[in-house]
Amino acid sequence: MTTAAPDVHRVRVRDATRPGGLDGTWALLRLAARRDRVRLLVWTASILIMWGYAAVALDSLFPTAADRQLRGQLMSSPAAVILTGSGFGLDDYTLGAMVANEMGFMVLLALALLAIQTAVRSTRAEEETGATEILRASTVGRHAPAVAAYLLVVAVNVVIGVGTWGVLVAVGLAPGGAAALGAAGAATGLFFGAVGIVTAQLTTHARSASGLALAVLGLAWVVRAAGDLRAQGGSPLSWASPLAWALQTRACVDTRWWPLGLLVVGAVVLLVLGARLGGRRDLGAGLVTTRPGRAYARASLAGSVALAVRLQRGSILAWAAGVGLGAVATGTFTDSVSGMVSKLPQLGDLLGDVGALVDAFAALMVMFFVVLVAGFALSSFHRVRTEEQRGRLEVVLSAPVARTRWLGAQLAVTLGASVVLLVLAGLGLWAGAVSVGDGSVSAGAYVVAALGHVPAVALLVAVAVVVHGWWPRGSGLVWGWYGFSAVAAVYGGLLQLPGWLLDVVPFTHSPVLPGPGASWTGALVMAALALGLGALGIVGFRRRDVPAL
Amino acid sequence: MPTQRARTAGPVIEAHGLTKSFGTVRALDGLDLVVRPGEVAGFLGPNGAGKSTTIRVLLGLLRADGGTAHVLGGDPWHDAVALHRRLAYVPGEVDLWPGLTGAEVLDVLLRLRGPVDTSRRDALVERFDLDPTKKMRTYSKGNRQKVALVAGLAADVELLLLDEPTSGLDPLMEAVFQDCVREAAGRGTAVLLSSHVLAEVEKLCDTVTIVRAGRTVEAGSLAELRRLTRSAVTAVTADDPAHLAHLPGVHALRVDDHPDGARVSLDVEDTDLPGLLAALATLGPRHLTVQPPSLEELFLRHYGDVA
Repeated sequence: MTTAAPDVHRVRVRDATRPGGLDGTWALLRLAARRDRVRLLVWTASILIMWGYAAVALDSLFPTAADRQLRGQLMSSPAAVILTGSGFGLDDYTLGAMVANEMGFMVLLALALLAIQTAVRSTRAEEETGATEILRASTVGRHAPAVAAYLLVVAVNVVIGVGTWGVLVAVGLAPGGAAALGAAGAATGLFFGAVGIVTAQLTTHARSASGLALAVLGLAWVVRAAGDLRAQGGSPLSWASPLAWALQTRACVDTRWWPLGLLVVGAVVLLVLGARLGGRRDLGAGLVTTRPGRAYARASLAGSVALAVRLQRGSILAWAAGVGLGAVATGTFTDSVSGMVSKLPQLGDLLGDVGALVDAFAALMVMFFVVLVAGFALSSFHRVRTEEQRGRLEVVLSAPVARTRWLGAQLAVTLGASVVLLVLAGLGLWAGAVSVGDGSVSAGAYVVAALGHVPAVALLVAVAVVVHGWWPRGSGLVWGWYGFSAVAAVYGGLLQLPGWLLDVVPFTHSPVLPGPGASWTGALVMAALALGLGALGIVGFRRRDVPAL
Repeated sequence: MPTQRARTAGPVIEAHGLTKSFGTVRALDGLDLVVRPGEVAGFLGPNGAGKSTTIRVLLGLLRADGGTAHVLGGDPWHDAVALHRRLAYVPGEVDLWPGLTGAEVLDVLLRLRGPVDTSRRDALVERFDLDPTKKMRTYSKGNRQKVALVAGLAADVELLLLDEPTSGLDPLMEAVFQDCVREAAGRGTAVLLSSHVLAEVEKLCDTVTIVRAGRTVEAGSLAELRRLTRSAVTAVTADDPAHLAHLPGVHALRVDDHPDGARVSLDVEDTDLPGLLAALATLGPRHLTVQPPSLEELFLRHYGDVA
């Protein structure tokens, strides 16, 4: 006894001084890297290829200084400012300035998205499924999952940052500018990864955590665009957006590094906040605690459609709010189109009259929201896979519910909600435009322009139905197709993608509205294809095993 | 068992030579299963033996590669929806919608079958002591299982397919479950009960089918199966019982001292029981117990000797 007591005492002291909040971080980091390796490799390769392709393509498309000067004038259009940035170096538009200006912002968005996804997947998503519980019951510290997730974000961003530098130097950009582009991207990734870590502490569902972080990203974009439209080179409002900080390095034009410090400091502040939140809460809990609910379901909650609506209600409402507000905010950019043309008459010469310019701008804004809504549609439809994997589909199908009817209900809710979101987007854009005194495009025209993309969205979903019916494990491919289509639909013009590549993008076959001379042929063909493929997918789903292995 | 409501003349479930492969894994390898109207049929087998796969085939969720299966006289794959009006299924492990309350899940599942008998639903909620106002995600495993159970038992059906339905339930709730199954059987409902709780199977089931590696290794009434194995006999006798070891069908004989003479314990083949009893009677027995073989022994015999 006399010899044992001091030992016990010593153990206690050691435990007290070493909280072990980070134990197991290294093992978790390796686990996350192993689980996500394919996804991370695909993202890394895509981003590096994009940089290389853009530099080579822009160089061959605009070989002389005169070509680039003309291009530079185009890049001061409001649409370009929204999609790329405030336009540094347009007066002396070198290849470096061009690559930085036309590609930089798109890559920032991609890196922010990747960082958010990576952060949430290894934290809240694992917590939601219960995997974290088993891990934390072992010798894994409270903060280890979040720290491991963030280390993975850091690692990926460092790799992509260094890779970007290598690719850009290889295609002939100045090393200093290339380094700034790589670092700006990496710092943006670090910032939004930290945003993801914080939102993962707030919500109980991974889906809501990602959604919240994406909303922060969207808000940052809107603020950046609104600020940059006020003045070339950005206004004080621009500086309110973290996305502007990376652009303000003026990479390849007049490179300066200190704005990246803001991103790093911001990331550190967010991480401290995340650690505070994570250190106080229970495992599996969010900020909102659950209250007792209904002792009976509402009478309206009966049948497959009602169930699908009930399950997606929260997500549909969140999307409606996001799309509606985002559209109003974006619609207010419309007045700067006519303003810009009056300031720069040569822009009008290049692009046609102001009316056509406003129409083109409206069509691009519509396209932007169509791409978002298509993303909603795909993620909404892919819930069918979760239902199957969690064993719920079996229970539903063991009741007298036909498979066709059940899948039809999911499709009806997905497409119905998509149509509602598209109408909201159209109305929001119109309301935004009218609020700044530009009523040149009517509400109806905006709504019709948005609804003209319904067949394209339906086609995307129909392909997902085919994959789900015949090869359910291949759903990632549909996401890949969507990802490419989203980038190409919004940035296709800037990227100068070849025609055959643009042809695989469903949105490019929709009528170009508002404006005269739109053709509906593509939409009709896509609608027919969507019906045919949807039917084919349902046939596959009727024939296959549930659950599919 | 009374069959007051047997609407099907032939067996409720009749499957012969079922085969099903997942890639290179052969989950079912010629499985046979018969359940008659009003019967409570136990479905036993080690983990991975193919019990859940069989039930999913019977539900028309999986399509068998070979063999025949009839449920309530219909083809489970082609007549799935029509058959599902007449049967209910309770899975052993399901992660039902975490954002809905237990009550909402119950009502959603029951309404898929048409108008809900609210009094029956409420009575079951009461009996299983379930708080239906909680969100599914806040339930413990046992409470989640109660939701699935109530959803299955509240339906008015001819056949219950229960796949390890009591996993996570406390002993009190297991008793409630057993009462519910007995009542269902009393109404003429046939029950297929896949379970590892042997005491439960022993209490509830008329017949038992034991499967291993996707194949039926034993099937019959519990009484028939017991006949295949040995009873345990213990007795206190005035005279020395050591020579009983030479009787046919006697195994594992053991003799201990006892104040009244000797205490003997042994196993005997059921067919040789009469001879043993006659011999025992001559030894001046003071005390005698004959225990029928437990299902556990039956089970271990089939599970244990893995070839």
